[in-house]
Amino acid sequence: MSSTTSHHEGKARATARKSGRKKGPTTAARGTPDGLPVPGHHLSLLRRMLAIRRFEERCVELYSGAKIRGFVHLCIGEEAVAVGVNQALREEDAVVSTYREHGHALARGVPADAVMAEMYGRATGCSRGRGGSMHLFDAARRFYGGNAIVAGGLPLAAGLALADRMRGSTRVTCCFFGDGAFAEGEFHETANLAALWQLPLLMVCENNLYAMGTSLAREHAQTNLAMRAASYGMPAWTVDGMDVLAVEAAALRATESVRAGNGPHFLEAQTYRFRAHSMYDPDRYRAKSEIEEWKGRDPLKGLAELMRSEGQLDDRVMEELDKEVLAEIDEAVRGAEEAPLEPVADLLRFVTSEPGSTA
Amino acid sequence: MSTRKAPTGTSRPTTYREALREGLREALLQDERVFLMGEDVGRYGGCFGVSLGLLEEFGPDRIRDTPLSESGFVGAGIGAALGGMRPVVEIMTVNFSLLALDQILNNAATLLHMSGGQLSVPVVIRMTTGAGRQLGAQHSHSLEGWYAHIPGIRVLAPATVDDARHMLAAALADPDPVLIFEHGGLYNAEGSLDETVDAVDLDTAAVRRSGTDVSVITYGGSLPKALAAAETLAGEGVSAEVVDLRALRPLDDATVMASIARTHRAVIVDEAWRSGSLAAEISSRITEQAFYELDAPVQRVCSAEVPIPYARQLEEAALPQPATIVDAVRRTVS
Repeated sequence: MSSTTSHHEGKARATARKSGRKKGPTTAARGTPDGLPVPGHHLSLLRRMLAIRRFEERCVELYSGAKIRGFVHLCIGEEAVAVGVNQALREEDAVVSTYREHGHALARGVPADAVMAEMYGRATGCSRGRGGSMHLFDAARRFYGGNAIVAGGLPLAAGLALADRMRGSTRVTCCFFGDGAFAEGEFHETANLAALWQLPLLMVCENNLYAMGTSLAREHAQTNLAMRAASYGMPAWTVDGMDVLAVEAAALRATESVRAGNGPHFLEAQTYRFRAHSMYDPDRYRAKSEIEEWKGRDPLKGLAELMRSEGQLDDRVMEELDKEVLAEIDEAVRGAEEAPLEPVADLLRFVTSEPGSTA
Repeated sequence: MSTRKAPTGTSRPTTYREALREGLREALLQDERVFLMGEDVGRYGGCFGVSLGLLEEFGPDRIRDTPLSESGFVGAGIGAALGGMRPVVEIMTVNFSLLALDQILNNAATLLHMSGGQLSVPVVIRMTTGAGRQLGAQHSHSLEGWYAHIPGIRVLAPATVDDARHMLAAALADPDPVLIFEHGGLYNAEGSLDETVDAVDLDTAAVRRSGTDVSVITYGGSLPKALAAAETLAGEGVSAEVVDLRALRPLDDATVMASIARTHRAVIVDEAWRSGSLAAEISSRITEQAFYELDAPVQRVCSAEVPIPYARQLEEAALPQPATIVDAVRRTVS
C-alpha cells in the first residue's frame, strides 16, 4: 500500500507490482487476538473470488446462448477488489456500486440465484426483472446498486453516509467506481462534500486503466489518482488490486479509520479486467501482450500459489472448491430457468410506492 | 419567525415566503429526520429569504449550507432519503437544477422501479422557477414541465399561501420523490392564510374562481394573472372559471374535464414555452377526453419562444400577461 504510487502505463506498474506483492501481507489481515490467521480465512477468500469468476464465466456462456441479454460488464480479473473490500465491511454498512457489479453484489452476500434470476429478468431476480445486470439491488443487505451512470452513485453514497453521521451511527458507506468516474464532476463534488462534512465514506476507485476504451493516460491530465483524491483533505491510498490480502488489509485499515470518525477515505485499487468492457466490446484498444501480462497476475492464481506455498491448498482441495462453486451456479441457473416471469400486468408497478407504503 | 399581524377570525394575512417558512419550520419541529440542505439556506437565510432564522433555531446540522454543486448535494439528499432521513433539498432555481438532472431522473425517479420496489426515495426538492424579475435567461426559465414528463416523481406548483403553507407536509408524507416549484414572482405576494385548513391533498386541482363561459387552466405564477384576467372579463360580461392545477404530475384530469363540461371552452396559461409544453399535454388530454364538450378550439397562452430577455419591455412581452389571457379568452368566446 502506498500513497505516492505514480504510474503512466500498465506495463511498468505490472512489473513493479509483481515484485511488490511478495512484500504484501502473507497472513490473513483479519487475525485472532494473538495475531494468528483465522483458520480457513485464505480459503474463504479464494472461494469467494472463485465464485465470482465462475459466475461470470457462466454469464459469458449464457449470453452467447442468448439466455441473458442487455449490457453485461464482467469483472473477471478484478475479483480481489470486490472480495477484499467487502471483507472489511460489516452487515450494517452500505455498498453503492456501478454497472460492473456482479462481483460486488456476490461479495456482499447477495445470493447467486437472485443475481442470476435478475440476469434472466425473472420475478425472483434481486430487482424483480426490472434492473438486469447493471441494476442489482438488495435493500436487506444494504446493497444500493447497480448504477449505470458513471459516478452517478457517488453522491448517493455521500447521502447514505450523511444520514448515518447525522444520527451518530458508526456505519460505513462504501462506494465503488472506476477511473472513468474519477473524471466526472460528481466524483469531485462527492469528494469535496464528504471531506467538508467528514462523512463516514470509503471511496474505492477500481482503476483498471481504461474508461471503457480510453486509457488512463488519454483520459486524465494527472494519472496519480490517489494524489488528486488526497487534495480534498482525505487519506488516500493506493493498493495492488490484484492481491486480495493487500486489498483486505488496506480496506480494513481504511474502514477502521472511517468508523473511528476520521471522515472519508479514498482507496485506489490498481487492477485490470481480463475481458472487454462489455459483451459488445471488440476490445481493439488494448494490446494482447498487455492483457496476457496482467493475466499473469491473476488474483486467484496469486492467492492459490501463496496458499500452496504455505501448505494450505492442494489439488484435491482446489478441485473440491471448484466443484462446490460450480454446483451452486448450476443451481442458480436451474432456478432462474424455472423461475416465473414477472407478469406483464405488473409493468407499471414500482413507479410510485404502493398503497400501504409510508414515508 | 418574523412577526406578523395578529390573526383575525379564521384567516390572517401573510406572504407566500412566510407561508413557505412556516411550513418548513413545522416540518422541522415535527420530525427529527427532516433537515434542509442547499445553497445559502443557512447563514444567508435562503437566497429568497425563505429559510431566514431557521439556522438560529435548528442549528447547522439541520439547516445545512452546501457548496455550489447541485449534482453532489441533490444526490446526497437522495442518498440521505435512502438512509432513512427526510431531506428537503433547496436548489436556487430550476435553471441550476439541470446540473442535478441526472440525480433527479436517473436516481430519485428511477430507483424504486429499478430495484423492483425495494428502495423508495422520500426526498423533497424545492426550487424557484419562472420569470418576471429581469434576471435574464439563465435565471428565468420555466422548466417544471420537463420534470412533469418523468414517471416516478410528483411535481407540485403552489400558487397560493395556503398551498405554500401546507404542501411541504404533504410532500414529506409521500414515500416517493416530490419536486416543489415556487414561482419567484410570488414570494412577496400577500394572501390570506385560511387557518381552518391544516392540510392539503396533492392529487386534486382547485377551482379558484367559478365561471360558466370558459375554463382558464393554469398553475403557479400565472394564477394571479389568470385571476386578474377573469376580473377584467367579468366586466365585459364573460364568466371565466379559473382552474389551478396545483400538481403538474400526476395531473388531475377529472377537475379539468369537469370544468370544461361546464364551460365548453378552454384557455391554458403556461409560462413555459409553447412547443412541447405542459400546455400542449393538457390540450391533448382535453382533445382525448372532452372533445365533444368543446365549442371552440383550445387556446394556449405561453411564453414567446425566446430565451427570456433582460430588458423589462422585452421580458414582459415574452411572458403571458393578463391582457394576453383576456385576448385569448375573447378569441375563444367570440
